[in-house]
Amino acid sequence: MSLPVTGSTSPEAVAAHEGAHGDAHGEHAHPSYLTDGTTIKSWLLTVDHKRIGVMFLFFVLLFFLVGGIYALLVRIELLTPGPTIMDAMAYNRAFTLHGVVMVFLFMIPAIPAVFGNFMLPLMVGAKDVAFPRLNLLSLYIFLTGASLAIWGMLHGGADTGWTFYTPYSTQTTTTLAPILFGVFITGFSSIVTGLNFIVTVHTMRAPGITWFKLPLFVWAIYATSIIQVLATPVIGLLLLLVIGENVFNFGMFDPARGGDPVLFQHLFWFYSHPAVYIMVLPTFGVMSEIVSAFSRKNIFGYRAVAYSSIGIAFVGFFAWGHHMFVSGQSTFDGAIFSVLSMLVGVFTAIKVFNWVGTVYRGAVDFKTPFAYFCGFIYFTVFGGMTGIAVATMSLDVSWHDTYFVVAHFHFIMVGGTVMGFLAALHYWFPKMFGKTYHDGWGLVSAALIILGFNFTFIPQFLLGNSGMPRRYYEYPARFQALHVASTAGATVLALGLVIVAIYLIHSLVAGKRAAANPWNSKGYEWMTASPPPTHNFVGPQPVYPEEPHFYVDPKKAEAPDAV
Amino acid sequence: MNDFLHNLLFLPEQASTFAEKVDSLHFFVVGVTMLMSIGVGTAAIFFFFRYRRREDHQHTDYVVPSLKTEALFISVPLVFFLTWFAIGLRDYVHMTQPPKDAMDVYVMGKQWMWKFSYPEGPNGVNVLHVPANRDVRLLMTSRDVIHSFFVPAFRIKKDVLPGRYTQVWFNATKPGTYQVFCTEYCGLSHSKMLAEVVVLAPEDFDTWVKEQRKGSLQNRQDALADVSLVDPPARMAEQGQALVGSQGCLKCHSVDGTPHIGPTFRGLYDREESLEGGQKVHVDEAYITQSMMDPGAHIVTGFGNVMPSYQGKLHGAESAAIVEYIKTLRAEQ
Repeated sequence: MSLPVTGSTSPEAVAAHEGAHGDAHGEHAHPSYLTDGTTIKSWLLTVDHKRIGVMFLFFVLLFFLVGGIYALLVRIELLTPGPTIMDAMAYNRAFTLHGVVMVFLFMIPAIPAVFGNFMLPLMVGAKDVAFPRLNLLSLYIFLTGASLAIWGMLHGGADTGWTFYTPYSTQTTTTLAPILFGVFITGFSSIVTGLNFIVTVHTMRAPGITWFKLPLFVWAIYATSIIQVLATPVIGLLLLLVIGENVFNFGMFDPARGGDPVLFQHLFWFYSHPAVYIMVLPTFGVMSEIVSAFSRKNIFGYRAVAYSSIGIAFVGFFAWGHHMFVSGQSTFDGAIFSVLSMLVGVFTAIKVFNWVGTVYRGAVDFKTPFAYFCGFIYFTVFGGMTGIAVATMSLDVSWHDTYFVVAHFHFIMVGGTVMGFLAALHYWFPKMFGKTYHDGWGLVSAALIILGFNFTFIPQFLLGNSGMPRRYYEYPARFQALHVASTAGATVLALGLVIVAIYLIHSLVAGKRAAANPWNSKGYEWMTASPPPTHNFVGPQPVYPEEPHFYVDPKKAEAPDAV
Repeated sequence: MNDFLHNLLFLPEQASTFAEKVDSLHFFVVGVTMLMSIGVGTAAIFFFFRYRRREDHQHTDYVVPSLKTEALFISVPLVFFLTWFAIGLRDYVHMTQPPKDAMDVYVMGKQWMWKFSYPEGPNGVNVLHVPANRDVRLLMTSRDVIHSFFVPAFRIKKDVLPGRYTQVWFNATKPGTYQVFCTEYCGLSHSKMLAEVVVLAPEDFDTWVKEQRKGSLQNRQDALADVSLVDPPARMAEQGQALVGSQGCLKCHSVDGTPHIGPTFRGLYDREESLEGGQKVHVDEAYITQSMMDPGAHIVTGFGNVMPSYQGKLHGAESAAIVEYIKTLRAEQ
């Protein structure tokens, strides 16, 4: 088949009213993407971005489960100051596996590959992404890399932590090469997906969707894609160099062979600091959609939010050295990195101001996606503020490599990515699967997750303040109370996640059919049926007369209020 | 207030001149960020109730921020962030620049222990003795992988790297025993790579040094009685002097200032050296060590690039001993 092209819209075309007739009409003439072909083969060889998004969803959830189990094992081990349920090598492997799986196999792909894939073409009025076959290839590249990495961790295993610091990683007796190569391969999936999205946004927007009518989720995915395409090759190169060092005794990073271990840290954090924004920016996009939908308001400061996504992507490339204030880099370098990290804090502050401002004079409907938005605002503000603290040079001397940084990282990452992932899953579940879930249970589990998360990581901020180093298998007894509190919090968090799994699976199997637009949202993705047909629209593409999330009474023709 | 915040935030005791200053900035940052966060949270909660939905298809007004409002919410955080940056940088510079007359101790990290060597001769494993109220500089290197030397009570931390020196300094204010952690993950027994700093009153420290020297002297006296005994531990400078001979350094370098194939060691330490290409470099421990390990990195004006590398031939304690010997070769002697 030929590649899909953007359909032309004639002046005489009228908006298709799929919402009004979508169910009967869609089922008869244009089945939803879920039922257009029901064989396993039709899924495995699909070029439909929506099906690819759903398959990514399945796999990232699987990896989230694996990473979560290992997190609980680590927390159980840390209940007592000495050995609890595993030996030191098993503990080292467990935190490494937790980190690698959560960072590279769950958080980096979670929102771009799942919801970026599913929603971006719908939001720009396109029938698919620019390169559908390449899109399917990115799924198989991801699965190949993920399988290799997990196989490597279960056979031999790594004990280096997810950061793979040299020269330890070049000397360790564990076998790193399959894991490093697996992560290397998944990087190509990121690059391919990022490239696909950039081209789609540039070339496949429907007529009438100008850059400043794009939904903010599209802006966020676009900024993320830029980071993916530019930064991922650096870590790809670095992983190959470490394999070369570990397997073939290259002398790049091991000073016994003339190398420089700090060079590794620069290259690693050059990717891994922007990678924070690969994980967080898509969440920012999700939250912009949700706060508008559940407040029934235009986003407050659209351009400020859009520009700050690009600003974060840009400045985030130059902030990596704030992970290295005590590594021996010069004071001048440290000062530059400190200021740039503060700038990221300003961009984040702009976003928070504009999200909260969106609720002003809105019409708030407190449903589960909005509950995750509230959790997200809390975690972003708290995590962002502690980010400013660790960007302050004299303070970071004490906090670096203690549990304070572990807690800060998890507040930003999980506060960001997991809140964003769960919010997107709940907001777009009716769009993706055509089913409703029980909102009461949704709110209960959101509360458990948010509270459990606080009780897990606030004790870890305090552990870090008191000096507890990270990655300690045994620790002085005076730290035990806070570790027990943290493990208790992790248990509550896990319970909340289990409840989510239960009611969503129940909904898929036996849930009621959802209305075409159960949130009465004016996001562009709701201008087609739920679930959408295979090429997204029946008949011509919709016309987009208004910007997304325009909830003004048409009888009022006033200019915008500027407050 | 200081004690209240100290306990609330689970901070370790303050046992160095840095600790109070670091904690004051910590309280400033935590206090302001908590207030800002409470402000955001309160506004959000108020909006949620004040603007709750009354009907499913309720219309709302189109509201945009004025430039003034947007600028206000950018500039207020920015002022605080830059203030914290400036204070943090000032304190960081102070924390990373040891005073000239600081007492030196060499530190070697090695899986999974810390070794401490004093120029006057004593050595210690996992226990570092220092005097209170005196500046102490630690010159640190690693025998194997990266470690990080962390004393929470002093608020100091520095990575310890193989193949190079890093330094950290402090002035301990209270006699006592303080925990040292390794915070850079370094393998199986990372969590057992612990040490203690024993801070002694200055007169007690001087007594301790004398006792250590007495031990060395006693060993030396015993050696006179039986030629089969192993040589007693020597001062680092003496070890360095022996190494300079045994490693062949004197084939190219002189110790009395006379010209030779390579630069003389006399008066070398703490000098400004002129390099090929016109740049100048201050001769410190790191420069001398790098010159042994990577002699092509810095070629002194007027000398050829003919020195072999000692990478892998000298380990950290040996290169440190040579550095100490070179320090004794003052220009005016």
